Amino acid sequence: MRKTVNQKAWFFVLPVVLLVAFNAVIPLMTVVNYSVQETFGDNVFFWAGLRWFEDVVTSERFHDALIRQCIFTALVLIIEIPLGLVIALAMPRKGPWVSVCLVLMALPLLIPWNVVGAMWNILALPDIGLLGRSINALGIEFNYTREPIAAWFTIILMDVWHWTSLVVLLCYAGLVSIPDAYYQAAKVDGARPWAVFRYIQLPKLRHVLTIAILLRFMDSFMIYTEVVVLTGGGPGNATTFLSIDLVKTALGQFDLGPAAAMSLIYFLIILLFSWLFYTLAMRNEAR
Amino acid sequence: MQKRSLVPILYIVFLLLPIYWLLNMSFKSTNEILQSFTLWPHDFTLDNYRIIFTDPGWYMGYLNSLEYVAINTVLSVSVALPAAYAFSRYRFLGDKHLFFWLLTNRMAPAAVFALPFYQLYSAVGLFDTPWAVALAHTLFNIPLAVWILEGFMSGVPKELDETAYVDGYSFWRFFFRIFVPTIAAGIGVACFFCFMFSWVELLLAKTLTSVAAKPIAALMTKTASTSGYQLGLLAAAGSLTLIPGAVVIYFVRNYIAKGFALGRV
Repeated sequence: MRKTVNQKAWFFVLPVVLLVAFNAVIPLMTVVNYSVQETFGDNVFFWAGLRWFEDVVTSERFHDALIRQCIFTALVLIIEIPLGLVIALAMPRKGPWVSVCLVLMALPLLIPWNVVGAMWNILALPDIGLLGRSINALGIEFNYTREPIAAWFTIILMDVWHWTSLVVLLCYAGLVSIPDAYYQAAKVDGARPWAVFRYIQLPKLRHVLTIAILLRFMDSFMIYTEVVVLTGGGPGNATTFLSIDLVKTALGQFDLGPAAAMSLIYFLIILLFSWLFYTLAMRNEAR
Repeated sequence: MQKRSLVPILYIVFLLLPIYWLLNMSFKSTNEILQSFTLWPHDFTLDNYRIIFTDPGWYMGYLNSLEYVAINTVLSVSVALPAAYAFSRYRFLGDKHLFFWLLTNRMAPAAVFALPFYQLYSAVGLFDTPWAVALAHTLFNIPLAVWILEGFMSGVPKELDETAYVDGYSFWRFFFRIFVPTIAAGIGVACFFCFMFSWVELLLAKTLTSVAAKPIAALMTKTASTSGYQLGLLAAAGSLTLIPGAVVIYFVRNYIAKGFALGRV
């Protein structure tokens, strides 16, 4: 759409800018402030320079949490994106079942995150949970509070349960927007289903898939509540992801300096990846 | 039945299983939960729900949650409306940078903001009020609302604005009488998303409240710690949190798919 140049538009944006600035800039400055100072309590602060940043960047604890976080996010994306796409392709396009499918599928997205954790906790309990009991009945030792592998399996399954619907709904929105004429043309040309998918559906879905990957990347990288409720970051530190580690440092131990430095590094990592995705997405839109 | 409809059916069964298990637990007595493994409640009881509906400590949690979610939704969408209009219709100094800066707040991990928010809202005297949580949640809901509304507004041709001016409408009369009704679906979807992310978020909501404004989700942690391990009560409290979401989804069911694509398909 052609847009008129009009500097007065700033007045329309002003309320948003003020509110978000209050919420984002002030706290972020607090964090920056802490990240370069040392304190022994009583509001007495000393200049610490970049010490905390060096500490965090070289600390093994941070490396481990970062690696776990990357593995988790990678697994989540590898499973949820193709799965969501397959389900969206198989969904009916017309008729009464569409609404039923959409409503049921959106349900997990509206459950408070700690309830999701509690729900999976109850489901995966080895003695009284449906999932835990079933796996144990198959003769596989399963106890997510004791074995890292069982904990990871439960968390990944929980995330797939929780968020695949987002991918399904996005892809579905993309699919229904493809005009019928495209399919008819493909039929006339005698295209096979794979060709229809590869040359008609996939290119049309490129945009929604970018949004899906962007949202899933950001949210899985920030995962906190569900995992804390389910495993508390354990067994040991096996499921301590970045947010959990950060909250432990900041609110648990009140190590403000290191926590602040870690916050900034964490935020910058997300920002960098999201910026890459975002520029890609916007370039697609411009085309 | 076609073979391919099996995929969504299996997926929906997978989605409903944990929900069923939660409901199942909520209707059981503590004895039955701990002593036997049953696929449905043999000893059907409503006691868990009775506790929640009679104890103000419990049901106030729901009201607190709904209160800050409502404040947040109204606030986010009403300030996002003019901003989204500006982004979709005009070019102005720094517009693209501003838009990306807004989006970066959607990417900010809540864990980073927990402690500074606690200090900020204590300093301005809003700690432990629904307003603190509502305002804190605008951090990620305003960018999202702007993004969605901008998508829907860009789908409305500019000729609509121009025709209205030719017909002698003032800007604000055009905006409220013609433009807002035109993008009503978009506003509904934006409200839905603000509701959703404010309703499900817990880390900030828990950090910014202590007693008076404690959300229901945070109350649930107390069943696990202080009063023994009351799984039935926990399950009942959890089951009740499903209802507002289900009601809201029902209202936007026809727009939900488009809404998730942020209005830009």
